[in-house]
Amino acid sequence: MGRSALPDDFMKRLSGMGALSPRDAARDLGRTRRDFLRDAAGMAVGSSLMSVSPFVRAATAVKKRKVIVITFGGGARDQETFAPEGQGNIPHMLGELIPQSSFFTQVTNHGILGHYVATASLATGVYETLNNFAAVPPGHPTIFEYFRKDLKRPVSDAWVVAPSNGFNRIGESESRSYGPGLGARVVLPKHLLSAASSGSRAGYEHLLHDNYETPLYAPQISGGEFELKQLDTILKLSVDDFTSHAKTLSSPDELSVYIAKRLMREESPSLLWITMHDIDIAHSGAYSLYVDAIRRTDRLCAELWKAAQQEPEYAGNTTLLILPDFGRDGDQDPGGNGFQHHRTGDPASRTTWMMAMGAGVRPGVVYDSPLQSIDLVPSIGAMMGFSAAQAQGKPIKELL
Amino acid sequence: MLPNQLQADQFAAYPPQARRLAQSNLAAFQQLPLSFLPGLLRELIEYDYKFPAERSAIDKELANLSSLSSDQLKEWFHAFFPLTLSPRLEGLDWINRPSQFLEQESAYLWSTHQLDAFRQAATEYGDRLRTALPVESLPMRRLGICVIGQGVSSYDAGLFRNLRAHGTYFGQVKPERGFDLLVDAVETRARAYPIPYAHWYVDGGHQVRQTPALTTVGYRALEPVRSNLLRYMQTEIARPGMGPEQLRTDLARLAPSELGMDKSGDAVLDRFQVRLFTEGSGTQIFSTTFAQWTTREALRRAQPLTLLVRFAPRQRQRPMNELLSSSDASPELDPIGSLVDADMAAYYHWINQQRLPGAEQSSFLVWFEGQNEALVVAPSLPRGAQTSSPKDLKELVELATS
Repeated sequence: MGRSALPDDFMKRLSGMGALSPRDAARDLGRTRRDFLRDAAGMAVGSSLMSVSPFVRAATAVKKRKVIVITFGGGARDQETFAPEGQGNIPHMLGELIPQSSFFTQVTNHGILGHYVATASLATGVYETLNNFAAVPPGHPTIFEYFRKDLKRPVSDAWVVAPSNGFNRIGESESRSYGPGLGARVVLPKHLLSAASSGSRAGYEHLLHDNYETPLYAPQISGGEFELKQLDTILKLSVDDFTSHAKTLSSPDELSVYIAKRLMREESPSLLWITMHDIDIAHSGAYSLYVDAIRRTDRLCAELWKAAQQEPEYAGNTTLLILPDFGRDGDQDPGGNGFQHHRTGDPASRTTWMMAMGAGVRPGVVYDSPLQSIDLVPSIGAMMGFSAAQAQGKPIKELL
Repeated sequence: MLPNQLQADQFAAYPPQARRLAQSNLAAFQQLPLSFLPGLLRELIEYDYKFPAERSAIDKELANLSSLSSDQLKEWFHAFFPLTLSPRLEGLDWINRPSQFLEQESAYLWSTHQLDAFRQAATEYGDRLRTALPVESLPMRRLGICVIGQGVSSYDAGLFRNLRAHGTYFGQVKPERGFDLLVDAVETRARAYPIPYAHWYVDGGHQVRQTPALTTVGYRALEPVRSNLLRYMQTEIARPGMGPEQLRTDLARLAPSELGMDKSGDAVLDRFQVRLFTEGSGTQIFSTTFAQWTTREALRRAQPLTLLVRFAPRQRQRPMNELLSSSDASPELDPIGSLVDADMAAYYHWINQQRLPGAEQSSFLVWFEGQNEALVVAPSLPRGAQTSSPKDLKELVELATS
């Protein structure tokens, strides 16, 4: 199965983190985020504000509710995002999104830290153990299957915009009670582009980069008739318009957001899941490219939220959730090489954050109670009115 | 197969010195848990090609293990024994292919949620071993020097941010002949203590001068090796059924001669250099990553007393397929991005140096090449301080090591 490496030289040089247990270190990471946000953005600490659920007040709107999930993809650490020294990299989230958000400072991922398997775990609410580098479906029902089956929604109501080859099976599991025919449609923007440009990469190479997790192995992207049909019938884009616009974009995630915005306009799915991936350029070891990608992702998150506010189908009834799939290795862990990978399983690589904003969410509140990334699916289930029966996480009470 | 079934002749394929060590420590090996032993064998099987510091560490670790009674071994490894491995893992040839076993073990530990327990066990063992082994004093204070920013004439965003709290910032450095002065200082140290692989010069571009007193690794000098490796990777990636794990396994088996290195060269250093490309991520395409990873690996493995690292501009980011194809002989460079890369790499240089024995007496100097900015971390200098006192690079080295 897919893997990340064992901690390098694990036998002899694991030292330096002995002062804190992993749980304490994770708690401290969350506390740092909370203190920073409280100081920098004037946010309230949530434990003192728990009262009647905002969703109770918004109950009449349940039928129209839409949820967008963005995975702040590729693994981003505190010191490049919400720690004081990282704030310069996320001006849009700090200045525009945080004031509208409930912010959860301590979201831990106890699963395998590979991007596909971790995203699949986010989507199922179960720590999946599938091969990170193989195009296989998740082992448990996905959020899309729960949503569509329980609420009897059509296939057009759940969409995934995914970054790379490996994610094309993430839309539905092989579960007997759910599975085939009940999942989400998955659009792979790079495949669309490849098909639209008839396989010619000229002018688009920077948008077709597929996999950063294994820079040694960069499979070719391909697209064909199916992708062209998606472009025409669903996104209502001509090949010429699409390829012309693509030339104005600078990264694969920009392409993904462009496609997501087209989907919102043309299909208006109630459940839209977008997986960003640019940040994973960190695996190449170039710190400047990693930070550039964080800044780009920050901008794209704000751009997408702004687009949602401008779409009549989404304005006022949409909840947006943004969270990284996991972090990256800490500088001090001798088993890793700092920001470059997410192999050690140390607190920095396992502990992340989540922002929730929009319909039914209390703005400007920081919660530092510990959550797990697998709590996402049952929480969205509680918001939208479906049961994530096989998910192992728990609904986040602050969102209910 | 489990460790308690080990026989001496099963190490027949090991290189001579590694085989002798394995066979003389067989009784201890037979009592070790399978979750641990292949990690030790991964180090041992390369013994004949390791740096002196690594050999010494293996010698001490094996001597310690063989000195422990059965009850003591059980106690030392109590946290490893509860880890469960699959029958398939037990059936692998972990004696002769320990690296491949560790790949599979890693995947298994992740998928069975045992990695954290393994990590905890490994940490405990490492701490205990460190405490048990005698600490030898260094013949001279360890010195790290990092030169960053080649090709950048000015940078306003601030440098050395992560290091400032640990040392003194110099804002009036006299840059004239700066790099030559640094090489001179490193050579002087090498002549004073001419220990094999104890004094290094790593360059992310062209080496400014060949200096026999130093162990040198240069990105440009390794261009033929890198090109051969990229060609090999392109061929392998195109093979049906090839995946990232298989590719990594195949790369790990490459010998220096297969990438065009002269068989009469330094076998230890050549193998080290090949590993930089085959085990590093991004070292094949970005010179900044190569220099950073070389620094990390040199410190981890050779534990040099002196390590001078100079970063050069890397190529601008392009799609990975294009970067791997290596078709452009004169790629566009990204000096500013490279400076940011190198600034972070300097911090990692210092962190990795501080993990080695003698850390409390070690010194570190980072200089923005050709410019007036530098920072020195040394026991004799205040932390979090800055000075406008004009110094040249020779004087800064003297400050660092005084």
